[in-house]
Amino acid sequence: MKKKTGAQILIESLLKENVEVVFGLPGGQALPIFDAMYGSKLNFILIRHEQAASHMADGYARSMGRPGVCIVTSGPGATNIVTGLASAYMDSVPMVAISGQVATSVIGQDAFQEADTIGITRPVTKHNFLVKDVKDLARTIKEAFYIATTGRPGPVLVDIPIDVQREVCEFVYPDKVEIRSYKPNYNGHIGQIKKAAELINKSKHPVFYIGMGVVVSNAEDEILELSKKANIPVTNTLLAVGAYPCDINLSLGMLGMHGTYCANKAMQSADIIIAVGARFDDRCTGKVCDFARNAKIIHVDIDPTAISKTVDVDIPIVGDAKTVLKEMIGLVDKKGRKDWIKTVDLWKKEHPLSYKRNDDKLHPQYVIEKISELTKGEAIITTEVGQHQMWSAQYYKAKHSRLFLSSGGLGTMGFGYPAAIGAKFGNPNKEVIAVAGDGSFQMNMQEMAVAVLNKIDVKVVILNNQYLGNVRQWQEMFYGKRYSHSCLAKRKECPKWCSTPNRHSCPVYVPDFVKWAQSYGVLGIRVTKKKDVELALKKMLETKGSVVIDMWVEIEENVFPMVPSGASLDEMIIRANG
Amino acid sequence: MRHMISVLVENKSGVLARISALFAARGFNIASLSVSETEDVAISRMTIVVKGNESILEQVTKQLNKLVDVIKVNDFNDVEYIARELALIKINIANKASRDEIIRLVGVFKAKIIDISQDSVIVEISGNESKLSAFMKVALAYGVKETCKTGASVLYRGNSGRVK
Ligand SMILES: Cc1ncc(C[n+]2csc(CCOP(=O)(O)OP(=O)(O)O)c2C)c(N)n1
Ligand SMILES: [Mg+2]
Repeated sequence: MKKKTGAQILIESLLKENVEVVFGLPGGQALPIFDAMYGSKLNFILIRHEQAASHMADGYARSMGRPGVCIVTSGPGATNIVTGLASAYMDSVPMVAISGQVATSVIGQDAFQEADTIGITRPVTKHNFLVKDVKDLARTIKEAFYIATTGRPGPVLVDIPIDVQREVCEFVYPDKVEIRSYKPNYNGHIGQIKKAAELINKSKHPVFYIGMGVVVSNAEDEILELSKKANIPVTNTLLAVGAYPCDINLSLGMLGMHGTYCANKAMQSADIIIAVGARFDDRCTGKVCDFARNAKIIHVDIDPTAISKTVDVDIPIVGDAKTVLKEMIGLVDKKGRKDWIKTVDLWKKEHPLSYKRNDDKLHPQYVIEKISELTKGEAIITTEVGQHQMWSAQYYKAKHSRLFLSSGGLGTMGFGYPAAIGAKFGNPNKEVIAVAGDGSFQMNMQEMAVAVLNKIDVKVVILNNQYLGNVRQWQEMFYGKRYSHSCLAKRKECPKWCSTPNRHSCPVYVPDFVKWAQSYGVLGIRVTKKKDVELALKKMLETKGSVVIDMWVEIEENVFPMVPSGASLDEMIIRANG
Repeated sequence: MRHMISVLVENKSGVLARISALFAARGFNIASLSVSETEDVAISRMTIVVKGNESILEQVTKQLNKLVDVIKVNDFNDVEYIARELALIKINIANKASRDEIIRLVGVFKAKIIDISQDSVIVEISGNESKLSAFMKVALAYGVKETCKTGASVLYRGNSGRVK
């Protein structure tokens, strides 16, 4: 058999894994890998900042349910993807990251562009490998994909020293993986499932609390069937937006800090909570000791460490959501639960999500509602982090899972735009819209070059409030309106402290996003009035190629409802002034 | 509460770092740790003694299991086991009388004197934690110059909860 170099083995292994697209940027310690790509079938996309490469791989993975891949060089290349790995790790996103490394003979000698990539990425990856012998490379790549995509998915990094990239050996890609120390358990314990079903059958006020695990295991149909059969209302986490149809009366919407009144009310009033693939994040539970005081908790999760981590669970079921729910459907009785459904409906009517709809000011919520309406909830929406993210989660009515992509666990500003580009690579026929905060967008907007050069048609709608709005809201509500370093328009000549922003008197905002878009040959549109929103959005959707809309929304709009940090879900602030 | 955890892991570089990082990330202090190859050179055994409450122990055990290089985790709650630690203790000798007393004590504890010099002896003692601490208490009365102690080596009795 003809021998191949480590670099060639890597590329062929990726092709064997049916990798459609790889994001990255070359450098000294990865040159053999890039040389092996020259003329190969691998679809490699040159990005502008490695952090964006990791978010593109992530966005591709979230939208497709397949692993995203990125390749970077050693040292700074590798450290630049740490944020992307951590974001993916928190949100259980399958990813394989490849990094170049200095030669094995000089590892540990502070060689040029050496970083302890394995040490740095250990806490933010599901697993990582340093390959010291070319003979281990093919098997390691196989294992990396296997680990990334099975059990609770997550990012896996493979660090490859440059001498290993150059060395040769025979290439055999293994067709099976056998890792004796890694055997995820998919089947739930049937005794536990029966106990859970009995508890559900006896309960009067059950609630489903569903998270990313439902999306990962494609358990949407099972949740739908079970909830309808037993009339159990369903609330979702940020990552499970779209996993349950929002037009069904059983849908409560998102829970937690910026969740709906009815979802939080239902959680606090439930006698049983059935958590499926959700991890009781503090943004969901509020003050833990006051969380769902009267409820017994059933928790289905493939990750045993997620169970009883923050909230004590009465019936743990370790297993894959879909497999477990399939078992459960037959054991759960058909029930009307009329009183409970009526109560929930009342809560919905009492305080639906609201903003000043009849105003002629440009409220950011209105923009999201219009996007939702014009795309019929069928577009892939990505968000950055902040107020615009919460408004998107609240007002975008995603038709199904994997249409709303957002960094939940880590809350990474700079995620949304590259994630949108990654998602578009996987879904060329879907509309992809990045809803951006004016602050976050500036963290990775350099990637517009990648979109333009590769004819990647991603729309950007900036909800420009001239502020790190989320920070400003907290400062307004909890720090006496002391807007410390949250204004993005503040210049040297501004008064040192200012809590009275105003579009007319504040300095001109930079950058001018319209001119900036034009410099890439991209259509830029500025909207400052509510009446122009719809037309601009329509124009955007009709236009081929990238479009950037700079929406000058109300500066001091706040996200409601809101459960203040550290408060219980009962202490929800429903809207401004009460 | 003192807990002993036995972890069978792949005998690869970096595995100890993964395990100790896991404890550190959760603010969990390791009281003692012993690592050695097993009869199978591809597998190492780590015996970790930690202090903490049950719920922390449960979380740590689950987290350990989650590591890809961990083959098996056992804690020794509710199982009969044998645990041994070994200590070297350098004790002051003030005069001949105290030297004779130390020699007698060493006999009582079934320990060994492995070095004698002008003003100190080195005692080697092995046993479970309570035996070692009992001896240490006595030795302190004479003045202890230096000590070095291993982590625990622990195995189940017979087949109860056999690892693997
Ligand atoms: C990388 C990073 N740095 C800091 C934060 C803290 N943070 C959360 S939201 C936010 C403001 C985001 O501003 P913008 O993108 O304009 O969104 P807005 O809230 O105004 O909609 C900040 C600074 C973060 N989440 N991520
Ligand atoms: Mg903003």
